[in-house]
Parts: sequence; structure tokens; C-alpha cells
Amino acid sequence: MSGDLVFYGFALLTVLSGFFVVASRNVVHAAFSLLFTLFGVAGLYAQLGADFLAVTQTVVYIGGILVLVVFAVMMTRIPRSDAPRRGLDRAVPAAILALLSFALIYMVIVGARWPERATGAPEATVAEIGTGLMTRFVFPFEYASLVLLAAMVGAAILIRERAPQDDDGDGTEVQR
Amino acid sequence: MTVGLEHYLTVSALLFGLGLYAVLTRRNAVALLMGVELILNAANLNFVAFARYVDGGVEGHIVAAFVIVLAAAEAAVALAIVLAMFRNFGTVNVDTVNRLKR
Repeated sequence: MSGDLVFYGFALLTVLSGFFVVASRNVVHAAFSLLFTLFGVAGLYAQLGADFLAVTQTVVYIGGILVLVVFAVMMTRIPRSDAPRRGLDRAVPAAILALLSFALIYMVIVGARWPERATGAPEATVAEIGTGLMTRFVFPFEYASLVLLAAMVGAAILIRERAPQDDDGDGTEVQR
Repeated sequence: MTVGLEHYLTVSALLFGLGLYAVLTRRNAVALLMGVELILNAANLNFVAFARYVDGGVEGHIVAAFVIVLAAAEAAVALAIVLAMFRNFGTVNVDTVNRLKR
């Protein structure tokens, strides 16, 4: 079935580029691998019939968060020699822990009897999501806008240049 | 075997494992953040997969949209912290930024 092929293509893209995000020593390469991972996840959303989320993922993650990440990488580059090498002492236990947690989750996935329902052709979800956001989910929706405002103000304060020092010693803050 | 719920959950579990490994090993604060994004995407994929194969509604989609919103807020604040860290310490290595320990 062609839909299955599309799934395997996107799944392979997601996992392989996710592996490069983790394995690449160069942060710029990792950031560009993350682009393909996020795109692969957006494709999986589309496969699952989540059209709105697929577009949101592309716009917010790839168009927003990834650009932020790339800017942060560009503004904080340090010379290669200053970067301490990652030792095996940290990589091996971390790999064991990650593999163990994957194995545990996989055992649950295979072992559990999910109450699956018969799935038909996916329908457009945008109208339903809009109605949901304005009715049942209106409080979290408004709350999310507050969180975004707080995050915006907080980020702006955090990266602000430090206020000029009070040089004349009269205890008054220098007007800015 | 046709693609079903288990396939999506497996991809999500793989993404989670990769993200966990990145969070545990990377010392660059920006790379650390990328691992967190991988984990958030893994969780989101679960929400959407269950919405399609178990629940059938769009509640899972709405929750996933909220997760994306929170991830965006988190990324903005975290990267502002990284820039402030770089300005004050000259590095983005999370092991060397330990002034509170001393």
C-alpha cells in the first residue's frame, strides 16, 4: 500500500536525522538535522490525518523555533579548541540508559492491548479544532496567550544589555 | 503488516530515546535544547497517534497544539538564558557554568 510506504519514508527520515542531531559533534550540523527531523514529524502528522498540526509544526517549529536555535548557535560560537571533548565515561552510561528506556517503552507498546477503533479516511480537523479552542479549551487557550506574553517579556529582559553604571555616586539611576 | 498504532508509537519511542541520549551527553546548552525538542516531538506524536487510532476526536490534536505553543515559549526563554550565559561566562558549556555550586 502506498500509504505505508509514505509512513516508512517519513519514519526513516525522522529517526535517521534525529540520530544525526544526537551524534553530530558540530552544533550547526545538528541544527540542520533537526530541520529534517521536525519535517519528518510533520509528515507523520499529515499521515495521521492531523492536517492542522502538520502545518503548525512546519510554521512554528521549522519557521520559528529552528530559526531561534540557528541564531543562538551563530551568536554563541566558540573556537573548536575550547570545546572540551566528550568522554566515553559519560556517553556509555547515557547510551545504556537511553536504550533501556526505549526497550521498556517498546515492551509496553507491543505488550499492551490498545483499544483500537476502526479508522476510516481522515477528515479535515481545522473547523473542529477551532470550535474546540473556543468552547471546551477556551481557558487553556487564553492561558497560553498569557504564557507566551510572559515568555516574550522574560526573554526580552534576560537578553537586555546591562543598565549603565551609576558613575557620579549620587545614588540615582542613570536615565536611559 | 499494515501500518498501525504500534508503528507510530515505536517511532515516538525511538525519538524519545535519542532525545534522552542528547540531553544526557551534550554539554552545549543549545544542543541540549535540541534534545528537549526531540522529546517534546516524541510526546506530541503519541498524542496524535492515539487521537487517530484510539480516541477518534481532535482533543489529542488540541493538546499537541498547546505543547507546540509551550515549546515555542520554552525555546525563546531558554535561548535568551543561553545568550545571557554566553555574555557573562563566555561559554555555553553547561558544565563550566557552576557559580552557584561554589
